Amino acid sequence: MERRRSFPDVLAGGVFVLIGGAFVAGSLGYELGTPLRMGPGAFPLLVGAILAALGLAIVVKGLVAGEMISFGPIPWRAIGVIVLAVVFFGFTVRGLGFVPTSAVTALLTTLASSRVRPLTAVAVAAGLTVASTLIFVVGLQLRIPLWGPWLGF
Amino acid sequence: MELLDNLALGFSTALLVQNVLYCFVGVLLGTAVGVLPGIGPTATVAMLLPITFSFEPVTALIMLAGIYYGAQYGGSTTAILINLPGESSAAVTALDGHVMARQGRAGAALAAAAVGSFIAGTVATVALAVAAPPLARVALEFGPAEYFSLVLLGLIVSIALARGSALKALAMIALGVLLGTVGQDIYTGTPRFVFEQRELYGGIDFVSVAVGMFGVAEILRNLENEQTRTAIVSKVKNLWPTREDRRRIVGPIARGTGLGAALGVLPGGGHVLASFTSYAVEKRISKRKEEFGNGAIEGVAGPESANNAAAQTSFIPLLTLGLPAHPVMALMVGAFIVHGITPGPNVITDEPELFWGLIASMWIGNVLLVLLNLPLIGVWVRMLRIPYQVLFPMIILFAAIGTYSLSFNAYDVYAIVFFGILGYILIKCGCEPAPLLLGFVLGPLVEENLRRALIISRGDASVFLTRPISAVLLALAAAALVIAVLPAIRKRREVVFAEDE
Repeated sequence: MERRRSFPDVLAGGVFVLIGGAFVAGSLGYELGTPLRMGPGAFPLLVGAILAALGLAIVVKGLVAGEMISFGPIPWRAIGVIVLAVVFFGFTVRGLGFVPTSAVTALLTTLASSRVRPLTAVAVAAGLTVASTLIFVVGLQLRIPLWGPWLGF
Repeated sequence: MELLDNLALGFSTALLVQNVLYCFVGVLLGTAVGVLPGIGPTATVAMLLPITFSFEPVTALIMLAGIYYGAQYGGSTTAILINLPGESSAAVTALDGHVMARQGRAGAALAAAAVGSFIAGTVATVALAVAAPPLARVALEFGPAEYFSLVLLGLIVSIALARGSALKALAMIALGVLLGTVGQDIYTGTPRFVFEQRELYGGIDFVSVAVGMFGVAEILRNLENEQTRTAIVSKVKNLWPTREDRRRIVGPIARGTGLGAALGVLPGGGHVLASFTSYAVEKRISKRKEEFGNGAIEGVAGPESANNAAAQTSFIPLLTLGLPAHPVMALMVGAFIVHGITPGPNVITDEPELFWGLIASMWIGNVLLVLLNLPLIGVWVRMLRIPYQVLFPMIILFAAIGTYSLSFNAYDVYAIVFFGILGYILIKCGCEPAPLLLGFVLGPLVEENLRRALIISRGDASVFLTRPISAVLLALAAAALVIAVLPAIRKRREVVFAEDE
């Protein structure tokens, strides 16, 4: 296997260093305690340091002898649409109620595929809204109002 | 016979109408997600976990377990018919199974897989019933120091089995453990890393982590290259294997069952390892080596038996030690806790009906699976025609509803996109998500037992080395770490997993 500088390795290591470092910095704000009575900060400090060290090792290894992984394309459209759809769901489910929120979330999500046709999208969204209402609200008695207060109910 | 009494208790629980019904629902769903590429049992169990909160504990666990081993069955169908493993352990089944299907012997391959899985499941269920009680008795002697070392061992063994770089797998575990520290500290109640958000005081919900890492991230992976699935599915006929086939699958099934039952106990993916090992063994001892890769029925029967046996015995560490061997098991730990049961050695004595009922239900589930899979194979084949454009919006919507219904907290929903994107980036960089989830679930246990052990020993850290069981476990963990990092063995692992791509 060919081994040389590897962007995925450096990126992964960077993410680990960043998150580990953030937890280390955060845990210094809590009481560390003594070995006998470890404070709330001690364990995250230890693990955060381990993570940052491992991340650093991955970065170094990625610069000299990384794993060759094909990174592939990034589906920006899918990422954007799915984030939007899920955040919309979390933000409005209480206000708009189950049915409108599910319908909009499903419709938005179908747009993540670049091959979607408008008619298919509407049909899929409608079908999923009916199915999820039947399964979750009628079948499983989930206590979410079907229509929310924002709509004047 | 104590074992027979226990099994009688188990069957009397498992045969209750609602338990049989939910066992059926579980294996049905499991088969469905196993058949469908693009959604696995982990994401399914995570999404369905919230709705089981209102069930009786034993019913909930029977259903969730059914999804897990049902998926092992379903995965082989897709692997054989369209050469797309629905589940990672079915990848090796595709090697010979799909060739058999192209030769018009799909029926024989499916039957060999189903019969092998059934026999393996039955034997492994008995193994589970025999092995679990003594192990639980040993585990009852464990103090915090032993538990700390045991959990550490479990985490480290899981990286030895993960695909890809051991360094990255270790980092994923550490990241999982760190994410597990968010929320109120168990001893002092200090809220940690909550950014003043009251919604985060209870910690990050593991369902959100699992749905994000295994559901959302997987969808993003699939949307990278959209292709219409080329489902050239031939008609399946002649399910009954010929006499020659029957003679040839006996040995592989027996060996696969033994291998699978033993390897399934290992944390982190024993069922994948089991099916690869079984394939390698069958190929090595076969007199017809040249047939492997060209439609050898042994190459289907052995690995399928092995992965199903492993799926059953991977419940051993969960039920006796409270240690999950697979991300689905990690979710089941959550299911136990939601129902007020601490998974571990006490379950067998405190909740005998649940323990034996769950074990007995696995055998019932295996019977149901054979009935579901062989006569109804046509239905599953048709399911493969569901276009992905319908499937992925459904997964996202159900994931959002499922996580919201956990505690009607919008943060749980936002968390799935956060973990979806984090998981997507890390998976793209060659990191496996499974160690992160195991670390996330086991991290709080590591911290709690570490701190408790140090309080008991008055702050003396040598306690982990002076108590013999703990010292042995730590030595094993160190050995596992060395093995995972050692280049020679790493190469062998790469060879074993290379065929998986």
